[in-house]
Amino acid sequence: MKKNNLKKIIWGASGLLAVLIIWYIASQRETLGKLLPNPFEVFKFIFQSFLTPIGQNTMMMHILWSMSRVMTGYILACVVGVVLGFIVGWFKVGEAIIKPFYLVLKSIPSIAWIPLAIMWFGIGEESKYFIIFIATMLIVMTNAIDGVLDVNKDYIGVARMLGTTEKQIFFKVVFPSAVPQIFSGLQVALSAAWATVVAAEMVRSSEGVGWVILIGQDTVNMVQIFAGIMVIGVIGLILASIMRGVEAKLCAWNRRGK
Amino acid sequence: MKKIIKVENIYKRYFDKKSNHSSEILKDISFEIEENEFVVIFGPGQCGKSTLIKIIAGLEKPSEGTCYIRDKTISAPGPDRAVVFQNILLFPWLTVIENVGYSMKVRGFDKEEIKADSQKYIDLVGLTGFEKTYPIKISGGMKQRVGIARAYCARPEVMLMDEPFGALDAQTRYLMQDEVIRIRSQEKRTVIFVTNNIEEAIYLADRIILLTESPSTIKSDIKIDLKRPRNHMSEEFLSLRKQISEMANGIR
Repeated sequence: MKKNNLKKIIWGASGLLAVLIIWYIASQRETLGKLLPNPFEVFKFIFQSFLTPIGQNTMMMHILWSMSRVMTGYILACVVGVVLGFIVGWFKVGEAIIKPFYLVLKSIPSIAWIPLAIMWFGIGEESKYFIIFIATMLIVMTNAIDGVLDVNKDYIGVARMLGTTEKQIFFKVVFPSAVPQIFSGLQVALSAAWATVVAAEMVRSSEGVGWVILIGQDTVNMVQIFAGIMVIGVIGLILASIMRGVEAKLCAWNRRGK
Repeated sequence: MKKIIKVENIYKRYFDKKSNHSSEILKDISFEIEENEFVVIFGPGQCGKSTLIKIIAGLEKPSEGTCYIRDKTISAPGPDRAVVFQNILLFPWLTVIENVGYSMKVRGFDKEEIKADSQKYIDLVGLTGFEKTYPIKISGGMKQRVGIARAYCARPEVMLMDEPFGALDAQTRYLMQDEVIRIRSQEKRTVIFVTNNIEEAIYLADRIILLTESPSTIKSDIKIDLKRPRNHMSEEFLSLRKQISEMANGIR
């Protein structure tokens, strides 16, 4: 096990290094150099951005701004998505009423909501929350529905046999057995929320990592664009690994070995 | 001796929509079971023995006829008739001890009482030390022990065992048969045990109900008076086996 992990790390690191070298060499060529900034300048820029502000804020503040938008929209989406998912998955009437709306909404790309978000909520924070909410809620909901529908019916039979009342069945059997599926939805949704923040910050803002990228475009500052993209990527990665850690704790029963 | 289970003129038919034809699985089955009796329902594969035990469990409804437990009509599953299934169906999201105590918990027993009882049955089936383990991490034989402990901990009047050891390897199967005998000698219970293994039937039963091939009727109802502990190789055992085998083969 240990040996395999070491191998994995070594291969991963060499891959990363290779990409960096190719990137660096490419950035030194005349034509490609116009498209790719020197990677070390990007790293230097990221490092400096934590000390000297871009616009009004340092990078840390930009990250926190984006994070607060992501979290507000995302947490709202999780609560609404899970509840709606349960209603659609568990109650026949709920399915009949909500499912048609769900199916229509599902086929609308989240970016299409931006103009409407501005009309409804103005260009303040609310419209950004809304865009992130709409981009993630349906993901959470889809997984909650599937989780509920995938419950092994035999478990429900066993639960009845052991004296579970009809009212208890949802929380004693259906909910716990749906948790892993719900969690995988929450994970995908968090990545989606973080990825949507750039779009949300395009609506007009004067802070946030998405804004850093947009300003980079306005000022034709390739280094800044790359820096913004990398920061978004790394934060997304950190969030995903935190989620995986939580999942490992909560869904220990569902993971083989370990 | 008091009667605990009464099965009265049970018929079970399944209707196949495709062929527009109904097939009969059980045909006029009637018997009674006394308190603390160990009854094995034995019959060829694909006869209605599992269907019969599911009807007694309340998990399936008979097409005709009625089952009673202590003169009450059986219409739904309940903790007075705990079932041990071949595929066990432990709740994977609960630990061993939570699985065992599940029935008492949903029925609102006192926490201390649940803990004491779950521990008692875990000890009884020999799983001490695995209380906090999730089912995914234990072997098939151990899972079946948890299934038995869970059924006992529901405080049932009757234990229904539906080919519980069918999926285990031969070695583990012998071991589990001895375990069932040992556990029952410590916790008297009425047991209805379904199997298609004749050796298992004779080894365990006070009484064997022999079913014919489907549509199943009762071919024979045999008292097994062998002394316990029984020996698979003793002369009485083997002659009984031969006798029942012939009877069973006659109906195939």
